[in-house]
Amino acid sequence: METMQQSATESDRSLVRIRGLRFRRGERWIFDGLDIDIPRDRITAIMGPSGTGKTTLLKLIGGQLVPDEGTVEVDGQNVHALSTAELYRLRMRMGMLFQSGALLTDLSVFENVAFPLREHTRLTESMIRKLVLLKLEAVGLRGARDLMPSQLSGGMARRVALARAIALDPMMIMYDEPFTGQDPISMGVLVQLIRQLNDAAHLTSIMVSHDVAETLQIADRVYVISDGRVVESGTPEQLGEGGSDWTRQFINGLPDGPVPFHYPAPALSEDLLEGAQC
Amino acid sequence: MLNLFASLGAWGMESLTRLGRAHLLLFPLLRGLLDILRRPRLLVDQLYSVGVLTILIIAVAGLFVGMVLGLQGYNVLSRFGGETALGFMVAASLVRELGPVLTALLFAGRAGSALTAEIGLMKATEQLSGLEMMAVNPEHRVLAPRFFAGLVSVPLLAAIFSCLGVLGGWMVGGGLLGVDQAAFWNGMQEGIDFHDDVVNGVIKSVVFGFVCTWIAVFQGYDCLPTSEGVSRATTRTVVHSSLAVLGLDFVLTALMFG
Repeated sequence: METMQQSATESDRSLVRIRGLRFRRGERWIFDGLDIDIPRDRITAIMGPSGTGKTTLLKLIGGQLVPDEGTVEVDGQNVHALSTAELYRLRMRMGMLFQSGALLTDLSVFENVAFPLREHTRLTESMIRKLVLLKLEAVGLRGARDLMPSQLSGGMARRVALARAIALDPMMIMYDEPFTGQDPISMGVLVQLIRQLNDAAHLTSIMVSHDVAETLQIADRVYVISDGRVVESGTPEQLGEGGSDWTRQFINGLPDGPVPFHYPAPALSEDLLEGAQC
Repeated sequence: MLNLFASLGAWGMESLTRLGRAHLLLFPLLRGLLDILRRPRLLVDQLYSVGVLTILIIAVAGLFVGMVLGLQGYNVLSRFGGETALGFMVAASLVRELGPVLTALLFAGRAGSALTAEIGLMKATEQLSGLEMMAVNPEHRVLAPRFFAGLVSVPLLAAIFSCLGVLGGWMVGGGLLGVDQAAFWNGMQEGIDFHDDVVNGVIKSVVFGFVCTWIAVFQGYDCLPTSEGVSRATTRTVVHSSLAVLGLDFVLTALMFG
Protein backbone atom coordinates (compact mmCIF):
# COMPACT_ATOMS: atom_id res chain seq x y z
CA MET A 1 0.00 0.00 0.00
CA GLU A 2 2.81 2.33 1.00
CA THR A 3 4.72 1.46 -2.17
CA MET A 4 1.66 2.22 -4.28
CA GLN A 5 1.20 5.58 -2.57
CA GLN A 6 4.89 6.39 -3.06
CA SER A 7 4.60 5.46 -6.75
CA ALA A 8 1.49 7.66 -7.15
CA THR A 9 3.28 10.60 -5.51
CA GLU A 10 6.31 10.15 -7.76
CA SER A 11 4.02 10.08 -10.78
CA ASP A 12 2.32 13.30 -9.64
CA ARG A 13 5.69 15.01 -9.27
CA SER A 14 6.76 13.90 -12.72
CA LEU A 15 7.46 16.56 -15.32
CA VAL A 16 7.07 14.04 -18.14
CA ARG A 17 4.57 11.17 -18.01
CA ILE A 18 4.53 8.60 -20.79
CA ARG A 19 1.71 6.08 -20.76
CA GLY A 20 1.07 3.13 -23.08
CA LEU A 21 3.23 4.61 -25.83
CA ARG A 22 3.17 2.68 -29.09
CA PHE A 23 5.08 3.86 -32.14
CA ARG A 24 6.13 2.07 -35.29
CA ARG A 25 8.23 2.68 -38.36
CA GLY A 26 6.89 0.68 -41.26
CA GLU A 27 6.00 -2.75 -39.93
CA ARG A 28 8.41 -2.59 -36.98
CA TRP A 29 7.16 -1.50 -33.57
CA ILE A 30 9.77 0.74 -31.97
CA PHE A 31 7.74 1.16 -28.76
CA ASP A 32 5.09 -1.28 -27.69
CA GLY A 33 3.43 -0.07 -24.51
CA LEU A 34 6.09 2.16 -22.95
CA ASP A 35 5.44 3.70 -19.49
CA ILE A 36 7.97 6.21 -18.16
CA ASP A 37 7.90 8.93 -15.48
CA ILE A 38 10.56 11.64 -15.57
CA PRO A 39 10.86 13.27 -12.13
CA ARG A 40 11.36 17.03 -11.81
CA ASP A 41 14.77 18.51 -10.95
CA ARG A 42 16.54 15.22 -11.58
CA ILE A 43 18.71 13.69 -14.28
CA THR A 44 16.94 10.72 -15.81
CA ALA A 45 18.88 8.51 -18.18
CA ILE A 46 17.25 6.44 -20.89
CA MET A 47 19.61 3.65 -21.86
CA GLY A 48 19.54 0.79 -24.26
CA PRO A 49 21.38 -0.71 -27.20
CA SER A 50 21.64 1.09 -30.54
CA GLY A 51 18.46 1.04 -32.57
CA THR A 52 16.08 0.76 -29.63
CA GLY A 53 14.54 4.15 -30.39
CA LYS A 54 16.11 6.33 -27.71
CA THR A 55 16.37 9.36 -30.01
CA THR A 56 12.87 8.61 -31.31
CA LEU A 57 11.63 8.82 -27.73
CA LEU A 58 13.08 12.33 -27.36
CA LYS A 59 11.39 13.36 -30.60
CA LEU A 60 8.09 11.99 -29.29
CA ILE A 61 8.50 13.96 -26.06
CA GLY A 62 9.31 17.10 -28.07
CA GLY A 63 6.29 16.61 -30.32
CA GLN A 64 8.38 16.17 -33.48
CA LEU A 65 6.89 12.70 -33.96
CA VAL A 66 3.34 11.55 -33.28
CA PRO A 67 2.74 8.21 -31.53
CA ASP A 68 0.38 5.57 -32.89
CA GLU A 69 -1.12 5.09 -29.43
CA GLY A 70 -0.60 6.33 -25.89
CA THR A 71 0.08 9.73 -24.39
CA VAL A 72 3.08 11.91 -23.63
CA GLU A 73 2.42 14.60 -21.02
CA VAL A 74 4.92 17.37 -20.33
CA ASP A 75 4.14 19.56 -17.33
CA GLY A 76 0.57 18.31 -17.41
CA GLN A 77 -0.01 19.01 -21.12
CA ASN A 78 -0.65 16.23 -23.58
CA VAL A 79 2.00 17.10 -26.16
CA HIS A 80 0.18 15.55 -29.10
CA ALA A 81 -3.17 17.17 -28.33
CA LEU A 82 -1.74 20.69 -28.44
CA SER A 83 -2.24 23.12 -31.30
CA THR A 84 0.88 24.18 -33.21
CA ALA A 85 1.00 27.51 -31.33
CA GLU A 86 0.62 25.76 -27.95
CA LEU A 87 3.27 23.20 -28.88
CA TYR A 88 5.70 25.97 -29.84
CA ARG A 89 4.99 27.74 -26.53
CA LEU A 90 5.78 24.50 -24.70
CA ARG A 91 8.98 24.02 -26.71
CA MET A 92 10.18 27.43 -25.59
CA ARG A 93 10.35 25.86 -22.12
CA MET A 94 12.29 22.83 -23.40
CA GLY A 95 15.89 22.67 -24.54
CA MET A 96 17.40 19.95 -26.64
CA LEU A 97 21.00 19.06 -27.22
CA PHE A 98 21.31 17.15 -30.47
CA GLN A 99 23.95 14.51 -31.06
CA SER A 100 25.51 16.62 -33.82
CA GLY A 101 25.07 19.90 -31.93
CA ALA A 102 22.79 21.17 -34.74
CA LEU A 103 24.41 24.61 -34.66
CA LEU A 104 23.39 26.94 -37.48
CA THR A 105 26.49 26.83 -39.66
CA ASP A 106 26.08 30.31 -41.14
CA LEU A 107 26.07 31.98 -37.71
CA SER A 108 28.96 32.54 -35.30
CA VAL A 109 29.03 30.99 -31.83
CA PHE A 110 27.70 34.25 -30.35
CA GLU A 111 24.87 34.49 -32.88
CA ASN A 112 23.93 30.83 -32.39
CA VAL A 113 23.45 31.37 -28.65
CA ALA A 114 21.68 34.67 -29.27
CA PHE A 115 19.37 33.08 -31.85
CA PRO A 116 16.56 31.91 -29.50
CA LEU A 117 16.73 35.20 -27.59
CA ARG A 118 16.36 37.21 -30.79
CA GLU A 119 13.52 34.98 -32.00
CA HIS A 120 11.44 34.87 -28.83
CA THR A 121 12.22 37.96 -26.77
CA ARG A 122 12.26 41.70 -27.27
CA LEU A 123 15.39 42.24 -25.20
CA THR A 124 17.72 45.07 -26.06
CA GLU A 125 20.95 44.28 -27.89
CA SER A 126 23.03 45.07 -24.81
CA MET A 127 20.92 42.71 -22.67
CA ILE A 128 21.21 39.96 -25.29
CA ARG A 129 24.98 40.44 -25.33
CA LYS A 130 25.20 40.11 -21.54
CA LEU A 131 23.01 37.02 -21.48
CA VAL A 132 24.91 35.32 -24.29
CA LEU A 133 28.26 36.01 -22.63
CA LEU A 134 26.93 34.60 -19.34
CA LYS A 135 25.65 31.45 -21.03
CA LEU A 136 28.94 31.00 -22.87
CA GLU A 137 30.83 31.60 -19.62
CA ALA A 138 28.78 28.81 -18.03
CA VAL A 139 30.05 26.34 -20.64
CA GLY A 140 33.57 27.78 -20.63
CA LEU A 141 33.51 29.15 -24.18
CA ARG A 142 33.13 32.92 -23.72
CA GLY A 143 36.48 33.32 -25.49
CA ALA A 144 35.23 31.39 -28.53
CA ARG A 145 32.27 33.68 -29.21
CA ASP A 146 33.58 34.93 -32.55
CA LEU A 147 34.39 31.49 -33.97
CA MET A 148 32.24 29.84 -36.61
CA PRO A 149 30.81 26.33 -35.98
CA SER A 150 33.24 24.86 -38.57
CA GLN A 151 36.14 26.05 -36.39
CA LEU A 152 34.92 24.16 -33.30
CA SER A 153 35.85 20.66 -32.15
CA GLY A 154 33.01 18.19 -31.55
CA GLY A 155 33.11 18.75 -27.80
CA MET A 156 33.15 22.54 -28.17
CA ALA A 157 30.21 22.39 -30.60
CA ARG A 158 28.18 20.47 -28.05
CA ARG A 159 29.03 22.95 -25.32
CA VAL A 160 27.92 25.83 -27.56
CA ALA A 161 24.74 23.89 -28.33
CA LEU A 162 24.26 23.46 -24.57
CA ALA A 163 24.66 27.20 -24.05
CA ARG A 164 22.04 27.77 -26.76
CA ALA A 165 19.72 25.17 -25.20
CA ILE A 166 19.76 27.02 -21.86
CA ALA A 167 19.50 30.50 -23.41
CA LEU A 168 15.78 30.82 -22.64
CA ASP A 169 16.16 29.24 -19.16
CA PRO A 170 14.05 26.17 -19.96
CA MET A 171 12.38 23.91 -17.39
CA MET A 172 13.91 20.78 -18.97
CA ILE A 173 16.71 19.76 -21.30
CA MET A 174 16.87 16.63 -23.43
CA TYR A 175 20.33 15.33 -24.26
CA ASP A 176 20.70 13.06 -27.27
CA GLU A 177 23.84 10.92 -26.89
CA PRO A 178 25.87 13.78 -25.38
CA PHE A 179 29.05 11.72 -24.94
CA THR A 180 29.27 9.94 -28.29
CA GLY A 181 32.59 10.43 -30.07
CA GLN A 182 34.12 12.58 -27.33
CA ASP A 183 37.68 12.35 -26.05
CA PRO A 184 38.09 11.71 -22.29
CA ILE A 185 38.61 15.40 -21.45
CA SER A 186 35.57 16.60 -23.42
CA MET A 187 33.54 13.78 -21.90
CA GLY A 188 34.58 14.78 -18.39
CA VAL A 189 33.70 18.41 -19.13
CA LEU A 190 30.28 17.47 -20.46
CA VAL A 191 29.55 15.16 -17.50
CA GLN A 192 30.41 17.96 -15.10
CA LEU A 193 28.45 20.58 -17.06
CA ILE A 194 25.29 18.52 -17.25
CA ARG A 195 25.32 17.84 -13.51
CA GLN A 196 26.15 21.43 -12.56
CA LEU A 197 23.58 22.99 -14.87
CA ASN A 198 20.91 20.62 -13.64
CA ASP A 199 21.59 21.41 -9.99
CA ALA A 200 22.23 25.15 -10.35
CA ALA A 201 19.22 25.94 -12.54
CA HIS A 202 16.88 23.26 -11.06
CA LEU A 203 16.42 21.74 -14.48
CA THR A 204 14.86 18.44 -15.35
CA SER A 205 17.26 16.54 -17.56
CA ILE A 206 16.50 13.60 -19.81
CA MET A 207 19.61 11.97 -21.16
CA VAL A 208 19.63 9.35 -23.85
CA SER A 209 22.88 7.45 -23.98
CA HIS A 210 24.62 4.11 -24.25
CA ASP A 211 27.79 5.32 -22.58
CA VAL A 212 27.23 3.35 -19.40
CA ALA A 213 29.98 4.60 -17.09
CA GLU A 214 29.45 8.32 -17.72
CA THR A 215 25.69 8.05 -17.61
CA LEU A 216 25.54 6.09 -14.37
CA GLN A 217 27.99 8.58 -12.85
CA ILE A 218 25.54 11.49 -13.05
CA ALA A 219 22.05 10.00 -13.47
CA ASP A 220 19.60 10.04 -10.55
CA ARG A 221 17.32 7.53 -12.21
CA VAL A 222 17.82 5.13 -15.11
CA TYR A 223 15.41 3.46 -17.49
CA VAL A 224 16.76 0.64 -19.62
CA ILE A 225 14.68 -0.03 -22.71
CA SER A 226 14.81 -2.90 -25.14
CA ASP A 227 12.38 -4.31 -27.70
CA GLY A 228 10.07 -1.35 -27.24
CA ARG A 229 9.57 -1.72 -23.49
CA VAL A 230 11.18 -0.72 -20.23
CA VAL A 231 13.13 -3.77 -19.07
CA GLU A 232 14.66 -2.22 -15.95
CA SER A 233 14.44 1.00 -13.99
CA GLY A 234 15.79 2.40 -10.77
CA THR A 235 18.73 4.28 -9.35
CA PRO A 236 22.20 3.49 -10.75
CA GLU A 237 22.97 1.62 -7.51
CA GLN A 238 19.84 -0.52 -7.86
CA LEU A 239 20.74 -1.37 -11.42
CA GLY A 240 24.29 -2.29 -10.43
CA GLU A 241 23.17 -4.55 -7.57
CA GLY A 242 20.34 -6.51 -9.11
CA GLY A 243 18.79 -6.56 -12.51
CA SER A 244 18.25 -9.21 -15.11
CA ASP A 245 20.95 -11.08 -17.03
CA TRP A 246 20.23 -8.82 -20.00
CA THR A 247 20.74 -5.63 -17.94
CA ARG A 248 23.95 -7.00 -16.38
CA GLN A 249 25.27 -7.83 -19.86
CA PHE A 250 24.43 -4.32 -21.07
CA ILE A 251 25.78 -2.47 -18.02
CA ASN A 252 29.00 -4.49 -17.88
CA GLY A 253 29.48 -4.57 -21.65
CA LEU A 254 29.80 -8.38 -21.81
CA PRO A 255 30.27 -9.70 -25.35
CA ASP A 256 28.05 -12.74 -24.86
CA GLY A 257 24.90 -13.42 -22.88
CA PRO A 258 21.18 -13.01 -23.51
CA VAL A 259 22.21 -10.87 -26.49
CA PRO A 260 24.34 -13.48 -28.32
CA PHE A 261 27.71 -12.74 -29.88
CA HIS A 262 26.79 -14.72 -33.01
CA TYR A 263 24.11 -13.64 -35.42
CA PRO A 264 21.67 -16.59 -35.85
CA ALA A 265 23.16 -19.07 -38.36
CA PRO A 266 23.34 -22.83 -39.00
CA ALA A 267 26.16 -24.76 -37.30
CA LEU A 268 29.64 -23.85 -38.54
CA SER A 269 30.37 -27.52 -39.49
CA GLU A 270 27.25 -27.59 -41.69
CA ASP A 271 28.27 -24.38 -43.47
CA LEU A 272 31.85 -25.63 -44.01
CA LEU A 273 30.73 -29.03 -45.31
CA GLU A 274 28.26 -27.38 -47.66
CA GLY A 275 31.11 -25.31 -49.10
CA ALA A 276 33.28 -28.39 -49.54
CA GLN A 277 30.58 -30.14 -51.60
CA CYS A 278 30.36 -27.28 -54.11
CA MET B 1 4.87 -8.83 -66.30
CA LEU B 2 2.86 -8.45 -63.09
CA ASN B 3 6.00 -7.26 -61.35
CA LEU B 4 6.39 -4.57 -64.00
CA PHE B 5 2.84 -3.31 -63.38
CA ALA B 6 3.39 -3.49 -59.62
CA SER B 7 6.60 -1.45 -59.95
CA LEU B 8 4.90 1.08 -62.22
CA GLY B 9 2.00 1.36 -59.77
CA ALA B 10 4.35 1.84 -56.80
CA TRP B 11 6.30 4.49 -58.74
CA GLY B 12 3.05 6.25 -59.69
CA MET B 13 1.79 6.24 -56.10
CA GLU B 14 5.12 7.51 -54.79
CA SER B 15 5.17 10.29 -57.40
CA LEU B 16 1.61 11.34 -56.56
CA THR B 17 2.41 11.33 -52.85
CA ARG B 18 5.43 13.55 -53.42
CA LEU B 19 3.35 15.88 -55.58
CA GLY B 20 0.79 16.09 -52.77
CA ARG B 21 3.50 16.87 -50.21
CA ALA B 22 4.91 19.56 -52.52
CA HIS B 23 1.49 21.22 -52.78
CA LEU B 24 0.94 21.02 -49.02
CA LEU B 25 4.24 22.83 -48.52
CA LEU B 26 2.87 25.83 -50.44
CA PHE B 27 0.54 26.78 -47.56
CA PRO B 28 3.26 27.28 -44.92
CA LEU B 29 5.42 28.98 -47.55
CA LEU B 30 2.69 31.52 -48.24
CA ARG B 31 2.01 31.94 -44.51
CA GLY B 32 5.72 32.64 -44.10
CA LEU B 33 5.13 35.89 -46.00
CA LEU B 34 3.78 37.37 -42.73
CA ASP B 35 7.12 36.68 -41.02
CA ILE B 36 8.93 38.28 -43.96
CA LEU B 37 6.77 41.40 -43.77
CA ARG B 38 7.59 41.67 -40.06
CA ARG B 39 11.31 41.07 -40.65
CA PRO B 40 12.25 42.07 -44.22
CA ARG B 41 15.91 41.42 -43.38
CA LEU B 42 15.22 37.67 -43.84
CA LEU B 43 14.25 38.32 -47.47
CA VAL B 44 17.06 40.78 -48.14
CA ASP B 45 19.72 38.25 -47.04
CA GLN B 46 18.29 35.63 -49.36
CA LEU B 47 17.88 38.08 -52.25
CA TYR B 48 21.62 38.53 -52.05
CA SER B 49 22.56 34.84 -52.07
CA VAL B 50 19.83 33.72 -54.48
CA GLY B 51 19.63 36.75 -56.77
CA VAL B 52 22.70 38.98 -56.60
CA LEU B 53 25.18 36.10 -56.73
CA THR B 54 23.44 34.80 -59.87
CA ILE B 55 23.76 38.09 -61.77
CA LEU B 56 27.20 37.35 -63.21
CA ILE B 57 26.28 34.09 -64.93
CA ILE B 58 23.02 35.63 -66.19
CA ALA B 59 24.78 38.73 -67.53
CA VAL B 60 27.51 36.80 -69.33
CA ALA B 61 25.02 34.29 -70.76
CA GLY B 62 22.68 37.09 -71.89
CA LEU B 63 25.48 38.94 -73.64
CA PHE B 64 26.65 35.85 -75.55
CA VAL B 65 23.12 34.76 -76.49
CA GLY B 66 22.43 38.25 -77.82
CA MET B 67 25.66 38.21 -79.84
CA VAL B 68 24.76 34.84 -81.37
CA LEU B 69 21.25 36.10 -82.17
CA GLY B 70 22.75 39.16 -83.85
CA LEU B 71 25.05 37.04 -85.96
CA GLN B 72 22.51 34.40 -86.95
CA GLY B 73 19.74 36.97 -87.43
CA TYR B 74 21.93 39.06 -89.71
CA ASN B 75 22.84 36.00 -91.84
CA VAL B 76 19.17 35.10 -92.36
CA LEU B 77 17.74 38.62 -92.71
CA SER B 78 20.45 39.84 -95.08
CA ARG B 79 19.36 37.21 -97.65
CA PHE B 80 16.06 39.06 -97.96
CA GLY B 81 17.48 42.53 -97.50
CA GLY B 82 15.83 42.82 -94.11
CA GLU B 83 18.85 43.67 -91.92
CA THR B 84 16.98 46.66 -90.56
CA ALA B 85 14.64 44.28 -88.74
CA LEU B 86 17.57 42.81 -86.79
CA GLY B 87 16.88 44.94 -83.69
CA PHE B 88 13.25 43.84 -83.56
CA MET B 89 14.16 40.19 -84.12
CA VAL B 90 16.81 40.14 -81.37
CA ALA B 91 14.60 41.97 -78.86
CA ALA B 92 11.46 39.94 -79.58
CA SER B 93 13.36 36.63 -79.29
CA LEU B 94 14.86 37.69 -75.98
CA VAL B 95 11.87 39.34 -74.33
CA ARG B 96 9.30 36.76 -75.39
CA GLU B 97 11.26 33.51 -75.14
CA LEU B 98 14.95 33.30 -74.52
CA GLY B 99 15.13 35.76 -71.64
CA PRO B 100 12.61 34.07 -69.34
CA VAL B 101 13.43 30.49 -70.41
CA LEU B 102 17.23 30.63 -70.34
CA THR B 103 17.23 32.69 -67.14
CA ALA B 104 15.03 30.07 -65.45
CA LEU B 105 17.25 27.22 -66.68
CA LEU B 106 20.42 28.97 -65.49
CA PHE B 107 18.72 29.92 -62.21
CA ALA B 108 17.74 26.27 -61.62
CA GLY B 109 21.31 25.14 -62.27
CA ARG B 110 23.02 27.79 -60.19
CA ALA B 111 20.68 28.99 -57.42
CA GLY B 112 18.08 26.16 -57.38
CA SER B 113 20.64 23.42 -56.88
CA ALA B 114 22.38 25.52 -54.20
CA LEU B 115 19.07 26.04 -52.38
CA THR B 116 18.30 22.31 -52.42
CA ALA B 117 21.78 21.38 -51.21
CA GLU B 118 21.70 24.00 -48.45
CA ILE B 119 18.28 23.00 -47.13
CA GLY B 120 19.08 19.29 -47.52
CA LEU B 121 22.30 19.66 -45.56
CA MET B 122 20.50 21.65 -42.87
CA LYS B 123 18.12 18.71 -42.60
CA ALA B 124 20.92 16.12 -42.58
CA THR B 125 22.82 17.99 -39.85
CA GLU B 126 19.64 18.34 -37.71
CA GLN B 127 19.63 22.15 -38.03
CA LEU B 128 15.98 22.11 -39.10
CA SER B 129 15.06 19.81 -36.19
CA GLY B 130 17.05 22.12 -33.95
CA LEU B 131 14.98 25.09 -35.11
CA GLU B 132 11.75 23.18 -34.45
CA MET B 133 12.89 22.38 -30.92
CA MET B 134 13.76 26.06 -30.41
CA ALA B 135 10.09 26.78 -31.25
CA VAL B 136 11.05 28.30 -34.59
CA ASN B 137 9.12 27.07 -37.61
CA PRO B 138 11.73 26.14 -40.26
CA GLU B 139 9.12 26.43 -43.02
CA HIS B 140 8.61 30.09 -42.13
CA ARG B 141 12.16 30.93 -41.05
CA VAL B 142 14.24 29.00 -43.61
CA LEU B 143 12.08 27.99 -46.56
CA ALA B 144 9.74 30.97 -47.06
CA PRO B 145 12.46 33.68 -47.37
CA ARG B 146 14.31 31.54 -49.94
CA PHE B 147 11.09 30.88 -51.86
CA PHE B 148 10.11 34.55 -52.08
CA ALA B 149 13.68 35.57 -52.88
CA GLY B 150 13.58 33.24 -55.90
CA LEU B 151 10.16 34.51 -56.90
CA VAL B 152 11.40 38.11 -56.88
CA SER B 153 14.84 37.40 -58.36
CA VAL B 154 13.95 35.48 -61.52
CA PRO B 155 11.93 38.27 -63.26
CA LEU B 156 14.68 40.77 -62.41
CA LEU B 157 17.38 38.40 -63.66
CA ALA B 158 15.35 37.80 -66.84
CA ALA B 159 15.23 41.57 -67.39
CA ILE B 160 19.02 41.78 -66.99
CA PHE B 161 19.42 38.83 -69.37
CA SER B 162 17.23 40.48 -72.03
CA CYS B 163 18.89 43.90 -71.69
CA LEU B 164 22.40 42.49 -72.03
CA GLY B 165 21.19 40.24 -74.85
CA VAL B 166 19.96 43.28 -76.78
CA LEU B 167 23.30 44.95 -76.08
CA GLY B 168 25.13 41.87 -77.41
CA GLY B 169 22.95 41.84 -80.54
CA TRP B 170 23.66 45.53 -81.11
CA MET B 171 27.42 45.05 -80.59
CA VAL B 172 27.52 42.36 -83.31
CA GLY B 173 24.84 43.79 -85.66
CA GLY B 174 25.53 47.49 -85.30
CA GLY B 175 29.19 47.33 -84.38
CA LEU B 176 30.73 44.47 -86.36
CA LEU B 177 28.34 43.80 -89.25
CA GLY B 178 27.46 47.40 -90.10
CA VAL B 179 23.68 47.35 -89.66
CA ASP B 180 22.32 50.90 -89.57
CA GLN B 181 22.14 51.88 -85.89
CA ALA B 182 19.04 54.04 -86.21
CA ALA B 183 17.22 51.25 -88.07
CA PHE B 184 18.31 48.75 -85.40
CA TRP B 185 16.86 50.78 -82.50
CA ASN B 186 13.83 52.14 -84.40
CA GLY B 187 12.85 48.66 -85.55
CA MET B 188 13.00 47.47 -81.97
CA GLN B 189 11.03 50.44 -80.63
CA GLU B 190 8.27 50.12 -83.22
CA GLY B 191 8.09 46.33 -83.29
CA ILE B 192 8.03 45.53 -79.58
CA ASP B 193 4.58 45.81 -78.04
CA PHE B 194 4.57 46.53 -74.31
CA HIS B 195 1.63 44.27 -73.50
CA ASP B 196 2.16 41.43 -75.96
CA ASP B 197 5.91 41.15 -75.55
CA VAL B 198 7.13 42.74 -72.33
CA VAL B 199 4.21 41.95 -70.01
CA ASN B 200 3.89 38.41 -71.32
CA GLY B 201 7.63 37.92 -70.88
CA VAL B 202 7.40 39.15 -67.30
CA ILE B 203 4.45 36.82 -66.61
CA LYS B 204 6.49 33.91 -67.94
CA SER B 205 9.49 34.72 -65.77
CA VAL B 206 7.29 35.08 -62.65
CA VAL B 207 5.76 31.65 -63.33
CA PHE B 208 9.18 30.11 -63.97
CA GLY B 209 10.60 31.73 -60.83
CA PHE B 210 7.72 30.35 -58.77
CA VAL B 211 8.10 26.82 -60.16
CA CYS B 212 11.91 26.64 -60.02
CA THR B 213 12.16 27.93 -56.45
CA TRP B 214 9.22 25.82 -55.25
CA ILE B 215 10.86 22.68 -56.70
CA ALA B 216 14.26 23.59 -55.21
CA VAL B 217 12.89 24.31 -51.74
CA PHE B 218 10.67 21.24 -51.71
CA GLN B 219 13.41 18.87 -52.90
CA GLY B 220 15.75 20.10 -50.16
CA TYR B 221 13.09 19.85 -47.46
CA ASP B 222 11.83 16.44 -48.60
CA CYS B 223 15.17 14.75 -49.27
CA LEU B 224 16.58 11.81 -47.36
CA PRO B 225 18.89 13.28 -44.69
CA THR B 226 21.99 11.53 -46.02
CA SER B 227 24.76 12.63 -48.38
CA GLU B 228 23.31 10.41 -51.12
CA GLY B 229 19.81 11.77 -50.45
CA VAL B 230 21.01 15.38 -50.77
CA SER B 231 22.93 14.56 -53.94
CA ARG B 232 19.87 12.95 -55.55
CA ALA B 233 17.62 15.81 -54.49
CA THR B 234 20.00 18.33 -56.06
CA THR B 235 19.96 16.42 -59.34
CA ARG B 236 16.15 16.17 -59.21
CA THR B 237 15.91 19.93 -58.72
CA VAL B 238 17.81 20.67 -61.93
CA VAL B 239 16.05 17.97 -63.98
CA HIS B 240 12.51 18.69 -62.74
CA SER B 241 12.95 22.48 -62.97
CA SER B 242 14.32 22.31 -66.51
CA LEU B 243 11.52 20.04 -67.73
CA ALA B 244 8.87 22.11 -65.93
CA VAL B 245 10.19 25.35 -67.46
CA LEU B 246 10.28 23.95 -71.00
CA GLY B 247 6.84 22.35 -70.66
CA LEU B 248 5.26 25.42 -69.10
CA ASP B 249 6.89 27.64 -71.73
CA PHE B 250 4.97 25.79 -74.43
CA VAL B 251 1.69 26.06 -72.50
CA LEU B 252 2.17 29.77 -71.75
CA THR B 253 3.27 30.56 -75.30
CA ALA B 254 0.20 28.77 -76.67
CA LEU B 255 -2.04 30.76 -74.30
CA MET B 256 -0.36 34.11 -74.98
CA PHE B 257 0.48 33.98 -78.66
CA GLY B 258 -1.38 30.94 -79.97
